[in-house]
Amino acid sequence: MKQFISKPNRALLSELVRTDFKLRYQGSLLGYAWSLLKPLLLFVILYVVFVYFLKIGKDIPHFPVYLLLGIVLWNFFTEMTVQSLGSIVGRGDLIRKIRIPRWMIVFSSSISAVINVLLSLVVVGVFLVINQVPLTAGILLLPFYLLMIYFLALGLSLFLAAAYVKFRDLSYIWEIILQAGFYATPIIYPIQMIDNSIVEKILLLNPMAQAIQGARYDVVTHATKTTYSAWDGSWYVLIPIVLTALIFVGGLLYFKSQAKDFAENI
Amino acid sequence: MSLNDNIAIKVSHVSKSFHLPHESQNSIKGKLINFNKRGYEVQEALKDISFEVHKGDFFGIVGRNGSGKSTLLKMISGIYSADEGSIQINGKLVPFIELGVGFNPELSGRDNVFLNGALLGFNRKEMTEMYEDIVAFAELERFMDQKLKNYSSGMQVRLAFSIAIRANTDILVLDEVLAVGDEAFQKKCIAIFEQYKARKQTIVLVTHDMNFVEKFCNKAIFIEDGKIKSTGSPTEIALEYSDSNNLSYAKGKNEAELKKLEKIKRDIDIEILTDKGIKQNRFAFGETMTVRMKWDDAAIKSAGIAILKQSGENIFAPNTYQDKIKFNENTRTVDYEVELNMSEGDYYIKAGLFGKTDKKIIAFDDEGPSFIVEAKDGRQRWGGVTKLKHVWKIK
Repeated sequence: MKQFISKPNRALLSELVRTDFKLRYQGSLLGYAWSLLKPLLLFVILYVVFVYFLKIGKDIPHFPVYLLLGIVLWNFFTEMTVQSLGSIVGRGDLIRKIRIPRWMIVFSSSISAVINVLLSLVVVGVFLVINQVPLTAGILLLPFYLLMIYFLALGLSLFLAAAYVKFRDLSYIWEIILQAGFYATPIIYPIQMIDNSIVEKILLLNPMAQAIQGARYDVVTHATKTTYSAWDGSWYVLIPIVLTALIFVGGLLYFKSQAKDFAENI
Repeated sequence: MSLNDNIAIKVSHVSKSFHLPHESQNSIKGKLINFNKRGYEVQEALKDISFEVHKGDFFGIVGRNGSGKSTLLKMISGIYSADEGSIQINGKLVPFIELGVGFNPELSGRDNVFLNGALLGFNRKEMTEMYEDIVAFAELERFMDQKLKNYSSGMQVRLAFSIAIRANTDILVLDEVLAVGDEAFQKKCIAIFEQYKARKQTIVLVTHDMNFVEKFCNKAIFIEDGKIKSTGSPTEIALEYSDSNNLSYAKGKNEAELKKLEKIKRDIDIEILTDKGIKQNRFAFGETMTVRMKWDDAAIKSAGIAILKQSGENIFAPNTYQDKIKFNENTRTVDYEVELNMSEGDYYIKAGLFGKTDKKIIAFDDEGPSFIVEAKDGRQRWGGVTKLKHVWKIK
């Protein structure tokens, strides 16, 4: 822990994150504004599609905002894992030539994703106000769901980044898993649409499903079905949290066991 | 086990091997298909290496390409991990395996300075304080807001170097940093190294340049095929290194030639002195240099010298036979004095010792000491290799 917050490490972290941001909007006319524009335009699309054409979510109040929040959280997870996956290989020049803590590279790309999701959440906040969604004390639980997604994604990121050094197929495999995950998680459809209650219960054990549904429940509308309500509050609701913890620790341990060989294998 | 306060780096019984795949198989398909096959070759890069670097040492690691010296350096730097043995470091260590690591071509020079500084452990505040000095030293004031990709390679090296020398550390690890850059840049490097040496900075240096080892290092090891071949004073190591190079150079020749070469090829005792008899290898244009050759063989009746540019271009090669200088029975030393009317640059000496005529070669040294000629007042006002006696007449 002492090493974690040492002065040189903090300096390095801040420069790595800064560089990430500078490079991300490199050469684009609007630059940083895209961090806000992207979720904004996404919302416009969702609004048009779901309010005028599809009308799937008509049972759920404020469905476009509900949808936007889900997508923003899912994008946070996707962006963090995809960016981290290639981060160690992408920074091969540093790893082969100097001694910096390896985890720092994954960590810095996770911080970039965090900054992005926070910017997106500002946009979500604006739409909450515009749609006159009643504000409840539940919003205070939002950081908890964000942390849950963060640790889940960080554990996976550490695993993916380390494994990608040896198995380059992983980037394609992960893309497909994410695609499957997108549909296995109730993001664009309300979970009530699944009429098999066993499947519904199992889907809600996915930590991402719990985090997204939980956040929607507390921030947007109590009409959201959460893991807690699906399982009637039994101890099963702890499964997603335990899974998250296991994935995080597993990823961390795997990363640690591989880190010393990165320089040779890249 | 804690280290004695005097010791900066302790390497004990370190071995390292690499598994080199025959055909790179870093995909799952590759792994599955070749599940049973041994798809790699084990290459032992280092075998049972042990040595100690003391605080204040300027420690040289020499060896030919592929001998394992860079691997060793990376292990000391903590980039590779050891298979066996241990490496203990006492204090903070900063490696420079290459200049400008982490430079990003898409960022401006300014951003790169801060990024590179962070890699050395400096935060924004500290970097802001040093920024002006760094830019001034690199002589790049006008270019700092341009993207690095628009810099010439020389400019990038200058920038990297001027950040690198800010590194505030107990131990510096350098890998052939000097191999890049033009002469002016190398002079800057040398000046910095002189400062380091004067203030007793602990340095580990990997290099091919034996002049450099002799000039700066106080200890050196010679690595061959992943093992330490010898440890000792820089002069001994430099000698051994050039011997081993000459032998392997000769490997390409046929047996008879090889024997002949081995017989006559050797280091001749050559010293470079100023006209006041002081050992030195840096001269100003027009100064007189004395080359002193010594031997211990009564059969030697004449001697020759060639002065060459570092690039191999022969400038001037006289010998005593052609100049009709006769040695007497007891001659064992000869001084050759020459006025250095040459362009600024790096030069070296080849020397030969002959019998009665210059056709009968007894000893030949084709890698004698090198020296530097500098322009007289810092600026050379003519082109070419040598300044000939000349007059302009206006008619």
